[in-house]
Amino acid sequence: MTLVKRMLQILALVAALAAAGFWLAAGANRGWTKTSVPVKTLDEVLGIEGITYEKRFVPGLDFLGAAMLGAGALAGLSLLFRNKRNQMTK
Amino acid sequence: MKKIFHTLFALTAVSAAAFSAPQTFDFKDPKGVNNAVFTLDAPLEAITGSASGISGTVEFDPSDPGVAKGKIVVAASSLHVPNPTMKEHLHGGQWLDVAKHGEITFEAKTLKNVKTSGDTTTADVIGTLTIKGVTKEVIAPVKLTYLKDKLGQRVPNLKGDLLVIRANFSIKRSDYGINPGAPVDKVSDTIELKLSIAGASPRS
Repeated sequence: MTLVKRMLQILALVAALAAAGFWLAAGANRGWTKTSVPVKTLDEVLGIEGITYEKRFVPGLDFLGAAMLGAGALAGLSLLFRNKRNQMTK
Repeated sequence: MKKIFHTLFALTAVSAAAFSAPQTFDFKDPKGVNNAVFTLDAPLEAITGSASGISGTVEFDPSDPGVAKGKIVVAASSLHVPNPTMKEHLHGGQWLDVAKHGEITFEAKTLKNVKTSGDTTTADVIGTLTIKGVTKEVIAPVKLTYLKDKLGQRVPNLKGDLLVIRANFSIKRSDYGINPGAPVDKVSDTIELKLSIAGASPRS
């Protein structure tokens, strides 16, 4: 197996695992990716919960899908490189 | 004696009228607590966001809560959803077109089925809701809570009263021309609205 092929496959695996790990660690959001999250604070006098938004990146399924697609593309690209043994036998 | 009685009667009538006069509550909250939450719960996707740019005034008479009326304005550009692309679409021409229709307004005209218990009044408010330039009559259950002399607790050095309004109701997206062609399995046609706002009526 060529070095490039092996490198691409390892990179694809690392990218897929990192994306899945990040998505899980950030709360496994099954919706769209968020760049802000609501923060509710109760106003004691009024009894109303005020809503403010805090800037935070929460990856969603679109992020996970795009990362898996990228990892798949890298793995696919690795198939373009032939194994060393195959090259020698030819 | 008769003259004194007449003077006293006139004074009582004037002071009673002064006390029962409707107060004007300003809903531009300096602390930005006022909000309207919207939810579109479709089979494939649930969208939730909120609006914070709320202003307007309501005339409310604590001694006669049933005659409340006023206008609440929501700045369309203050509508926020956590996904930036979705927010861009929401503000865009197909959806709310905030560049052209900067305000969402609700004008309360009359109250029906008014029930008052202490400082709390529940009723059905009949008014007109204008979104994206389309005006429709809306009937919504509303809860009004009058908080006498509580303004000072929120804004130091100010005396006055507060009025909290809560309303939960739903509207149809297609009624207001908000991307009526969007598939309802992805974006619900029903928009659930939850309004939680407070207005202040300062006294000098």
